[in-house]
Amino acid sequence: MADLLTPQLNAETPAPDWLQARRLAGRAAWESSELPTRKTEAWKYTSLFALQQPFMAARESAESAEELGLELPQLAGSRLVFVNGFWREDLSEIEPDAAIELVRFSEADQSQAALIAQHLGSVVPGNKHPFSALNDAVLADGVFLRILKGSKAARPVQLVWHNSPQVDAAINSQRLLVLAEQHSEATVVEHFSGQGHSFTNGLTELILAAGATLSHSRLHLESAEALHVGGLHAALERDATLNSFHVAFGGKLKRIDIVINHLGQGAHCQLDGMYLLRGQEHVDYHTCIEHAVPHCTTDETFRGIVGDKASAVFNGRIHIHPDAQKTRAELSNKNLLTSATAEVNTKPELEIYADDVQCAHGATVAQLDESMLHYLRTRGIPADEALVLLSYGFINALVEKQRLESLRDYLKPRLADYFGAALAVDSDDAGG
Amino acid sequence: MLSIKDLHAEVEGKNILKGLNLEIREGEVHAIMGPNGSGKSTLGHVLSGRPGYEITQGSVEFLGKDLLELDTEERAHLGLFLAFQYPVEIPGVSNMEFLKASVDAVRESQGASAYDTVGFMRRAREACTAVDLDQAFLKRGVNEGFSGGEKKRNELMQMMLLEPRLCILDETDSGLDIDALQVVASGVNAMRSESRSFLLVTHYQRLLDYIEPDFVHVLADGRIIRSGDKSLALELEAKGYSWLDDGEVA
Repeated sequence: MADLLTPQLNAETPAPDWLQARRLAGRAAWESSELPTRKTEAWKYTSLFALQQPFMAARESAESAEELGLELPQLAGSRLVFVNGFWREDLSEIEPDAAIELVRFSEADQSQAALIAQHLGSVVPGNKHPFSALNDAVLADGVFLRILKGSKAARPVQLVWHNSPQVDAAINSQRLLVLAEQHSEATVVEHFSGQGHSFTNGLTELILAAGATLSHSRLHLESAEALHVGGLHAALERDATLNSFHVAFGGKLKRIDIVINHLGQGAHCQLDGMYLLRGQEHVDYHTCIEHAVPHCTTDETFRGIVGDKASAVFNGRIHIHPDAQKTRAELSNKNLLTSATAEVNTKPELEIYADDVQCAHGATVAQLDESMLHYLRTRGIPADEALVLLSYGFINALVEKQRLESLRDYLKPRLADYFGAALAVDSDDAGG
Repeated sequence: MLSIKDLHAEVEGKNILKGLNLEIREGEVHAIMGPNGSGKSTLGHVLSGRPGYEITQGSVEFLGKDLLELDTEERAHLGLFLAFQYPVEIPGVSNMEFLKASVDAVRESQGASAYDTVGFMRRAREACTAVDLDQAFLKRGVNEGFSGGEKKRNELMQMMLLEPRLCILDETDSGLDIDALQVVASGVNAMRSESRSFLLVTHYQRLLDYIEPDFVHVLADGRIIRSGDKSLALELEAKGYSWLDDGEVA
């Protein structure tokens, strides 16, 4: 394993004391931690071999949006764009919104810095996630989004981390901290895109205070060569609601750990995800829902389509602690294999220590439904085209669940393109 | 138009059709009636080319072609349409996307140019109105969460847009209330023409009060045991299917 820390330390920027302290702690944790190997259960199907190459520190880029191939959803709200980890003011937009504070760590005022210092890392168990320690060790310019108590953000907030192709493989870090205060409401979209074979180490933390509602999406639209090891950690207090939607289009190696902690009674989480892999791509989603208290609910649905020689891993853990009576949790993972050489390893992992709970799970790896195929063919749609349409539908059914219309509008043509579906009709206008 | 001769078919090794003969000429409306388990739905499935239905004997000619040699989609391209008794739900594919893909495929096979998107959407909305479905159904996943009656209207809408030569309606009347039945019937009646034929498969005579057939056939145990005009349906309604069983024995 190449030392992933070194190139980033070389590029280290000056930092305030609170940030420097965190860096040092992260550095100590990273240096003392063992890197996971395939002998570790949680990494059984995902090799980190692709990280064994020299990485350079990422370099600042001045390319235009066109040159970068930057195509973003039109969400109409504030947008912060980072290219190769560096903030690009010219590509970013700030829409004033009294309900939120949106700042980079480097420009945080004193009270914001205090909040960041208080909450950053508070929901990340560092010992379990060495890559989180790595993220801390090189922490430079993270993003802090605060949604003020009792307020509703008028428009979605969009955070973009884009990589431009560089001569040498570069290493980037991404960090986001969202603090949704009591009874606040907001929509956040994280967007990863770019070209080339950069390695991104991403870490997002969502803290939902009592009664907060957060709609969150994390789109991994990076290149087929991209490497990404990332984590999403969320804490939900009483009656908080988190809708979190995950999209991964391939990548040479992507490993995303999602950990949702139900810490207050009445919390609800809807977690949806989809992955589409071809070539020799590899994506690994490890999700873990911690039900620590009673009366919380979880609806989790992941779907994947895996073709060629690609491989996918889905590990969905639901942990219901002894006190978490009246929990209702559902987990579903469905996969379609479109070639004989594609591989899916799916494992629901239920650990239930309370006796009065409703818990359902299902994981399937299957072919497309024969009766659907026949129905389409009776309507004149040739078999190959029908398969494309059904594959699209299998995934799009999850997109349709998402409330943010502009996000659906962005994803649907990309899905259609991906499957080669000739969908001439924009169905959102269909009812006109 | 359609000529079925001595058709035998089986499903999972069980003989269902046992020597069925039927001639349908252009512009005719035929009704096939029969008790449960007589093979009514099997006939529709076999004609549509559904996997799992094996033809063991006989022939089917449709518009001069050997129908049984054609793939399911080729049968549709030629102008065969089956309105399903239980239409399939396809979440994630909107009705509009599905309809466009379907109509485009059929028109392309017939050498006609594809409708432009705006023109097609207008036609689809008109068809939607004609079958008394809210426009919102065009946006929803194909049949996803539709009631029984809404699914049947959706089948009819597809039929209107595809303009087939032969329409097979497999128990389209089942599960419909009287209002929905009238909507379906008036849709079918509006499509009747000298060049288009219909095969109505039904358990009850009720549908035939609204769609007047030229011929009525009774199917029992995989064969047509009696044919007549619409009065046969009324007689069946009055006397029940057992009347024919007795007749057979006698």
